[in-house]
Amino acid sequence: MVAQFRRARKGGISVTFGKAEARVLRHVLAEMLELLGPAEEADADPLAAIVGIGTATSVPEDPALARLFPDGYHDDPEASADFRRYTEPDLRQSKRAALQAALDSMGEPGDRVELSTEQAELWLRALNDTRLVLGERLGVTEDLEALVAGLSEDDPRLGLFWVYDRLTYWQESLVQALMGHLHLG
Amino acid sequence: MSVAPVEVDQPEQDEVVKEDKPWVTIVWNDPVNLMSYVTLVFQKHFGYPKEKATELMMDVHHKGRAVVSNGTREEMERDVAAMHEYGLWATMQHDE
Repeated sequence: MVAQFRRARKGGISVTFGKAEARVLRHVLAEMLELLGPAEEADADPLAAIVGIGTATSVPEDPALARLFPDGYHDDPEASADFRRYTEPDLRQSKRAALQAALDSMGEPGDRVELSTEQAELWLRALNDTRLVLGERLGVTEDLEALVAGLSEDDPRLGLFWVYDRLTYWQESLVQALMGHLHLG
Repeated sequence: MSVAPVEVDQPEQDEVVKEDKPWVTIVWNDPVNLMSYVTLVFQKHFGYPKEKATELMMDVHHKGRAVVSNGTREEMERDVAAMHEYGLWATMQHDE
């Protein structure tokens, strides 16, 4: 049975991943942390780093990273560059923290994972960012079924589509569980 | 499309503030973000009721983009940064 996030009776959210699911999930979350890179830029100006100002002024070349760190202005490269210098370090830190929080709360494969609403929201971001990266790598379109149906049987991406699909299912179940809390609170 | 103004206590507006007011945050459609997730984000971040959040999400989905908030440039920078934190594809621009 596929794991599902549910509203716990005593508040909060719970989920029990199968052992294999937990291993695959750990692996992709850890890969995400690696993709995001270290929290601090190695060549950053230490003073600027303290106040959270970065050095990057243009959108990352890797399309997956570009999706996580998009421009802030639609038609103003100069303003986008400024916006990026002031927001990207915090954004990177926040995305790393969400992924790390998800990893830290997983426990041993097969464990029941119990989350506060706040932790569940970090999970939500971590799952979404992971799907954004995978989706970019896989060239996901809105009609996912047609896309997968058109792949040849030996397409190396097939396995990743399966992971993507599973992440989608988990995220949807988590959204529904959190919506329940939103209506209560 | 109608957009509720961001509710903030407005001090006496001087000329500078007036000039800086009409900025908008736009969320763009993408094939990955779930419709339910986008609705939840609009409810949580902007405090919109579910109906309004759903309407905005459907606008993003069908029209490719939607204005989700308006306000001063600083307010919109905060909204855009928050949308990026949630993984939504958002930009801001001066509303002309």
